[in-house]
Amino acid sequence: MARKSVSKAHAKIQELSWEPTFVEKDPKYKTDYTFKEGGQKDPMKQVLQSYFPMQEEKDHRVYGAVDAAIRGNMWRQVQPRWMEWQKLFLSIIPFPEISAARAMPLLTEAVPNPEIHNGLAFQMIDEVRHSTIQMNLKREYMRNYIDPAGFDITEKAFSNNYAGTIGRQFGEGFTTGDALTACNIYLQVVAETAFTNTLFVAMPSEAAANGDYLLPTVFLSVQSDESRHMNNGYGTLLMALANDENKDLIERDLIYSIWNQHAVVDAAIGTIIDYGSKDRRKDRDSYAEMWKRWYYDDYYRSYLVPLEKYGLKVPHDVVEDAWRRISDDFYHHHVAQFFATGWPVNYWRIDPMTDEDFEWFENKYPGWYDKFGKWWEHYSSLSEPNGHNPIAFENTGYVYPHRCWSCMVPCLIREDTIMDYVDGQWRTYCHKWCHWQDTVAYREEYKGRPTPAMGKMTGKREWESLYHGWDLADIQHDLGYVRSDGKTLVPQPHVQFEQDKMWTTDHCKGIEFQSPNVLLNEMSDEEREKHMEEYKQGFTINDTL
Amino acid sequence: MSEPGPEGRPILEAAGRPGRSIPQVVLTDAEAGAAEFAGSTSRVFNYFTPQKRRNTTYENVTVDVQPDPERYLTQGWIYSFADGTMGYEADWTRMKSSDWHAYRDPNGEWERTFYRHQTRNVHQVQQTMELARTTNVFADWDEKWLEIFAKHVSTWMHPEHGLGMYVFVRAQREAMTNMHNNAISVMAIHKMRAAQDIALLNLEVSQQLPDKFDESVHQEVWMEDPMWQGVRENVERMFVLGDWAEEVFAANIVFEPLVGELFRSGFVMHAAPLQGDYVTPTVIGLIRTEYERDLNATRDMFTLLVEDEEHGEENKQVMQEWLDKWVPLSIKAAQGLEPIWSEPEVQAMSFEESFGQAKSRFEDILSDLGLQLTEELVQK
Ligand SMILES: [Fe+2]
Ligand SMILES: [Fe+2]
Repeated sequence: MARKSVSKAHAKIQELSWEPTFVEKDPKYKTDYTFKEGGQKDPMKQVLQSYFPMQEEKDHRVYGAVDAAIRGNMWRQVQPRWMEWQKLFLSIIPFPEISAARAMPLLTEAVPNPEIHNGLAFQMIDEVRHSTIQMNLKREYMRNYIDPAGFDITEKAFSNNYAGTIGRQFGEGFTTGDALTACNIYLQVVAETAFTNTLFVAMPSEAAANGDYLLPTVFLSVQSDESRHMNNGYGTLLMALANDENKDLIERDLIYSIWNQHAVVDAAIGTIIDYGSKDRRKDRDSYAEMWKRWYYDDYYRSYLVPLEKYGLKVPHDVVEDAWRRISDDFYHHHVAQFFATGWPVNYWRIDPMTDEDFEWFENKYPGWYDKFGKWWEHYSSLSEPNGHNPIAFENTGYVYPHRCWSCMVPCLIREDTIMDYVDGQWRTYCHKWCHWQDTVAYREEYKGRPTPAMGKMTGKREWESLYHGWDLADIQHDLGYVRSDGKTLVPQPHVQFEQDKMWTTDHCKGIEFQSPNVLLNEMSDEEREKHMEEYKQGFTINDTL
Repeated sequence: MSEPGPEGRPILEAAGRPGRSIPQVVLTDAEAGAAEFAGSTSRVFNYFTPQKRRNTTYENVTVDVQPDPERYLTQGWIYSFADGTMGYEADWTRMKSSDWHAYRDPNGEWERTFYRHQTRNVHQVQQTMELARTTNVFADWDEKWLEIFAKHVSTWMHPEHGLGMYVFVRAQREAMTNMHNNAISVMAIHKMRAAQDIALLNLEVSQQLPDKFDESVHQEVWMEDPMWQGVRENVERMFVLGDWAEEVFAANIVFEPLVGELFRSGFVMHAAPLQGDYVTPTVIGLIRTEYERDLNATRDMFTLLVEDEEHGEENKQVMQEWLDKWVPLSIKAAQGLEPIWSEPEVQAMSFEESFGQAKSRFEDILSDLGLQLTEELVQK
């Protein structure tokens, strides 16, 4: 379709909607925001007759690349270190994608603007595209990569794993609670506008450097749909801003979304990009450098801040706190260390770091070696099974962390940890903003105004409490992270493929697993205070084991 | 071949041109089959049971992407609505199932198949329009037909849009599995594309015959013409249902055969060619084809529920209630349209004949599901 005719066609399809008269509108998905009718236009002028041929063309390119990767046997030059992390990443991401599709009716019900509804329907089907195209990519990895274990249990593992649950917020957060909070601010204004760049642009460039050019093909194709979604979000945000009563809610939702997604996405993607790569050229960007460019400069400075002129209260301190955790406080390095500590209950392998890696880290993140070097040396020396326990159960000096009740990433920057008695139990939070999420944002009122539509935080939020007091080998069987011989583990603390170097459940028998939160709640007040004081002081890694 | 370690060996030094830095190409030998160890041949998603002997691509990309505490979601849903309702709840419909996850879309739609089908349809419509434009066929349209097209055929864009945008888009949020929800999202887009196709055909006619054609009268007809108020009421009543399965049932089992197919196949497909219009049947015919696909998906959805060992009888009773509620509305909507049949200069089928066909189709669908109309409804 020619551009001019798309404009005309788009104007024409505005005739499709009408105001119902036989029924009273009764939105199933509630919001505490209020809107005036009409308002924003859809600058993308979306019409299905031009949309489908465009999308099919993109598909041709994607599937052409898939065929080429298989014919050219891309997996001869793909880095196992990288592919292993895809077992985690690609288990998580199709759910947020499909959740974005599911989120669209939250806004079609809440926002009185048929022109925006049209854009939302396109987004819905885009998201079905994203979810299924990513599942298909993962299947190709399973079929062609040396070690398919972990890919083969992918959606099950996503469902029953602690890391899957962390990722699941990026999905459940789109579809529950206040319709505007969920679908507009959390999904469109923050997840899609801020984080799709790190997810779908930064990840692909790292993939390519590790011999994987399929991921870039698929994810850049996905990313090419995002500008339309950002526009949907922008239009709705401007409508919300037009009404002064919404301003406090927008501020609340921005704080929550920016902080929570920093905690969740940076944990996973920061780790994958910095610890999943074998590309240690000094001039390749670290995750912190990518974050600075894509998030801080492009999103925060160029998108959010200019919205201040429309009355948006930008939570500068929250962005700065997130940036500080990444640039100064080694946030995702702590997360990587935690993932590697927890390897026996993962469903992917984690490659040890080498001297070359150490050098790169120290160069990109000065001070890294003092904080993490020795621990990774222990990790290497404990990576093959030869009579010792998995690293979490050896005396390295590392203290297994408490989990954050809000973001569900552990409280890893120990001095930031907050402990509080909330809703009848002792909870821990990784940062004051996560504490704020549970105790201020996710409540029935905000700044004195009732917020009856705001969602609730639910579920068994501390994964460890599911298995408190269990034998580690029983946990692994229960999770299903055991290979076809009934005892070799799916996860391994290395990427070696000789059977005799693989850990089995036999190596894990007799090790008792404990939940820090259960223990915390069992302590006397005095013990608990003392425990938390020590916890916040951190730990020292022993020189020798 | 020598034995490369897992770390591989660089085959090219990352020299590049001066001032440039490029990643190394490294042979890692990480392809399938390069080593044998426990699990090295486990190359199938193994956490669900395929419907047939092997996993289909559709199943691979669809099943279990929406998790469920009844399956593997051990920590449960971690965010809920204000009243504590979880992200997905089985009681969002009165239908009950002993295994929601058994459902498969018989059309097996996932992104690749869907975009291929839709693009083919778009091309078909565009070629038809292009041909009509270049051969100026709109000039042959009977004047009376032009008016019918403006006032009635064009009005049909509204129910299609309403079903797509305000019934199916919402319903796809709510079912218990990804298989249901993806199938319903496909239905939503079928309907919306249908609506947009009709609108764009209307636009085309208005551009070809700018003086003879009232391109926006359909809006008034839809809101006010008594012939259409039954249809509008039927559609609007589906906007406010809280039960996704009832929405799909009311739309695809009741409204579509009794009203949609009645108007599209029973009127437009037969009447248009007799008035010199060969363009509209292409557009409308596609809608019919897509409805057939949607009906297949819907029929399988409800067949499983009717045949459920534990809940089948109860489900059937609820479906009977739904019939009692929706059939009268759809019959009223259908009968409201009757005068349209006598408007064209050249008459095709009578309304009675068309309606008789629609009803018998409807009864076939019901009998597939083991459902029956009550005496009272049969009388109508
Ligand atoms: Fe997406
Ligand atoms: Fe947190």
